Amino acid sequence: MRTFGYSDFWFLVEAAQWTVALSLMAFIGGGIVGLIVALSRTAENAVARTFSMWFIQVFRGTPLLLQLFLVFFGAPVLGLDINPWLAAAVALTLNSGAFLGEIWRGCIEAIPRGQWEAAEALGLSYWNKMRDVVLPQALKIAVPPTVGYLVQIVKGTSLAAIIGFTELTRAGQIINNATFQPMVVFSIVAAIYFVLCWPLSLLAAYMERRLAATASR
Amino acid sequence: MNYSFQFGPVFDAWPLLLHGTWMTIQLSALAMLFGLMVAVVCAWGKTAGPAPLRWLINAYIEIIRNTPFLVQLFFFFFALPAIGVRWSPYTAALIAMVFNLGAYATEIVRAGIESIPKGQIEAGMALSLSRVEIFRYIILKPALKAIYPALTSQFILLMLASSVVSVISADDLTSVAANLQSETFRSFEIYIVITGIYLLLTLLFSYLFRLVFQWGLNYPDRR
Repeated sequence: MRTFGYSDFWFLVEAAQWTVALSLMAFIGGGIVGLIVALSRTAENAVARTFSMWFIQVFRGTPLLLQLFLVFFGAPVLGLDINPWLAAAVALTLNSGAFLGEIWRGCIEAIPRGQWEAAEALGLSYWNKMRDVVLPQALKIAVPPTVGYLVQIVKGTSLAAIIGFTELTRAGQIINNATFQPMVVFSIVAAIYFVLCWPLSLLAAYMERRLAATASR
Repeated sequence: MNYSFQFGPVFDAWPLLLHGTWMTIQLSALAMLFGLMVAVVCAWGKTAGPAPLRWLINAYIEIIRNTPFLVQLFFFFFALPAIGVRWSPYTAALIAMVFNLGAYATEIVRAGIESIPKGQIEAGMALSLSRVEIFRYIILKPALKAIYPALTSQFILLMLASSVVSVISADDLTSVAANLQSETFRSFEIYIVITGIYLLLTLLFSYLFRLVFQWGLNYPDRR
């Protein structure tokens, strides 16, 4: 057994890069899925609405851990080759897609009906209406809750440790097994997560206050 | 895809599934109860307490909200026993859940308290009610109504997050999946069934919460 040293600290910091990479993957993938989900949820097509409603219900109504297991153990069954990194990225993408889709649906629906009707009265096509009228306005109110949700994504990546992907939490377990100083190791792991998440939380809160200030003016 | 699904061995283990479901319900319900108690106390301290207490509560909230539940769980299960606090996986899981929910719910409860118009609190003071009485009768129930949707969705998130406690081998629905998997080797089928049970639990909890609202909080607002 050895004591926790400088190299162990760097091992944790390097593992944190994988946490950031996985978070970015999940945010980009989840953003694309979420946009599709939000547009389907607010569409006139009943099939798209029902399908996206169930997508949201299933992915928000079941644990992220189980979604991770289903992708990890389910992909080989479907004949696909999968590693923990890919499984985590896919599961986190679908999960964030559902949550972001629900957040953005609310933002889209918050745009006054008159704006939609005006766009239709101008004879704009669906895509033009969305791209030029509704989404730019929805974007403004969507930014603060989206930044807030980023914190959830970063924290969610810790579950990838359970299927054996070496990100920050898994690195903490490895170091703990070698040094057996859980107090030191997990405090540092928690501190690194805090350093990643706290600025995002503060930014989201600041943006929310600013948005509220402009709205009340 | 030439895989034949075999759900038989999974459903044959229904007593285990039932036990796991009950453990998850029990763990979540206890964590909700104690977590809400922590939240009410902290929200009170944060709105009415002295500055050092407010600072302490803020630190608690920020730390819990900006670190993953899994790391908090490891902290309670590995780190605290290393300095002499010994407890079972079940207790460690429950305490981690209570601390986690407590932080999120404090912010929600505080928002509810702040939604009460100052005039009502001053009216309570004018009637010479004690601080505790004002909190109990004038603030708590209307505040509870205002925060009910946010609070109940936080409860459901907690129930879903509780699946993580299987990692420290606490007894719950997900740990049943892990045990069954090593006996039957039908991991995909097991996880499909367990995920389905979680979905049913989510629907059940939201239905129950709606019932409670209809029964206890659905009075007209006179503001």
